Amino acid sequence: MLRFFHQLASPRHFYRISGKLIPWLALACLVFTLTGVYQGLVVAPTDYQQGDSYRIMFIHVPAAWMSLFIYMVMAAAGVIGLVWHIKLAEIVAISSAHIGASFTFLALITGSIWGKPMWGTWWVWDARLTSELILLFLYLGVIALYNAVEDRRTAARATSILALVGVVNIPIIHYSVEWWNTLHQGPTVTKFDAPSIDLRMLIPLLLMAVAFKIFYAVVLLLRARVEVLQRERNSAWVQELVKEHE
Amino acid sequence: MKPATLPQAFAILLRRDLTLAYRRRSEMINPLLFFVLVTALFPLGIGADPELLRNIGPGIIWVAALLASLLSLETVFRSDFDDGSLEQLLLSPHPLSVLMIAKVLAHWLITGLPLLVVAPLLAVLLNLSGDATATLLITLALGTPVLSLIGAIGVALTVGLRKGGTILSLLVLPLYVPVLIFAASAVANSDAGLPVNAHLSLLAALLVLSISLSPAATAASLRISMS
Repeated sequence: MLRFFHQLASPRHFYRISGKLIPWLALACLVFTLTGVYQGLVVAPTDYQQGDSYRIMFIHVPAAWMSLFIYMVMAAAGVIGLVWHIKLAEIVAISSAHIGASFTFLALITGSIWGKPMWGTWWVWDARLTSELILLFLYLGVIALYNAVEDRRTAARATSILALVGVVNIPIIHYSVEWWNTLHQGPTVTKFDAPSIDLRMLIPLLLMAVAFKIFYAVVLLLRARVEVLQRERNSAWVQELVKEHE
Repeated sequence: MKPATLPQAFAILLRRDLTLAYRRRSEMINPLLFFVLVTALFPLGIGADPELLRNIGPGIIWVAALLASLLSLETVFRSDFDDGSLEQLLLSPHPLSVLMIAKVLAHWLITGLPLLVVAPLLAVLLNLSGDATATLLITLALGTPVLSLIGAIGVALTVGLRKGGTILSLLVLPLYVPVLIFAASAVANSDAGLPVNAHLSLLAALLVLSISLSPAATAASLRISMS
């Protein structure tokens, strides 16, 4: 088992193993997305208050979950890269930044579209919307710093530090903004003992959340493979790989 | 010659930075003028109704302080980087994070403290009450060191870059949000006659947190960007 992880950390084996994993993960993602969308759009009942427009929740809520989750993954990978100097962890950290920024953007856009019929405007300075916006800026800062530093390894290490600083600050920002202003509907799913949500709505929501997680894994692997190839382009195994495909 | 002990090194570094700043006094004035000017622009832009100014005054002064602090941030390491003394600092046998506290302290004395001096003037311009002005001074005293401490991490990450300045604002401003929220609402509360102890305690907590964590992050960032 330990040997497996050890091998996984070496770029060459990572490339081989991830190449085998991706088709299966992509298939799983497709299955979960299709059943999630079917359950969400057809099976789930209409909300008594919000009508059919609440159905955007099945995109919005998983995207918002992912935006935070990916930041945590990015920071954790950054710590691993900083402490043990594992190249692959650095690659995972920086590849996550772009995906995380996209999910954050998606959550903001869908939230805004959802807000229009519910609150009457596209944007309100509500606590969770605002902290999501600041999270987007944190992601953009990480990406901008990575692009600005010429040397790839220095860039990865610098962005790891920035991600760490961000992780310390995220709860502070979140609670300060929450205290500042809130109007967002309270959480309905996290109360696990008795969620205040219909089971027929909860199931598609969780299905979509799983689908989004797998989607993240697939895109992360794809991006990381490209990054690995670019960084290792002078090594023997990449040269062989290129020869094979010529 | 005996090597300097850590407190000595701290004092030497602090005195050196203050002396350098004193010899370049005109550079110190610019962020201060910026602070006053930005604040003075708001009444021109939104009208001079005293009630309106009084309502938005705390926010304006704090946003202006944020921007002024951002403007002066680059000077923390810029000249040291240009003349190579930053590399000497990295080679020092003393813990870099403690030396970073000296750098940031010097920077705050040069750029943060003057903001406190002109702030009462701005409070008069924006029609704030006496209580609110006192609270404004306390929030500035607690908040501007946090800005310098957080900003130092951003500067350390971008010090070697050619276009560091434009990225710096993107890195640092989102992290300034909690300070802005607590400080501005403390001043607004005090203007409305509400208690402000909770806000001030939270600001002090932020200060303690950033003093304990930020120097280590700054030191690590410097080592990475100078490698």
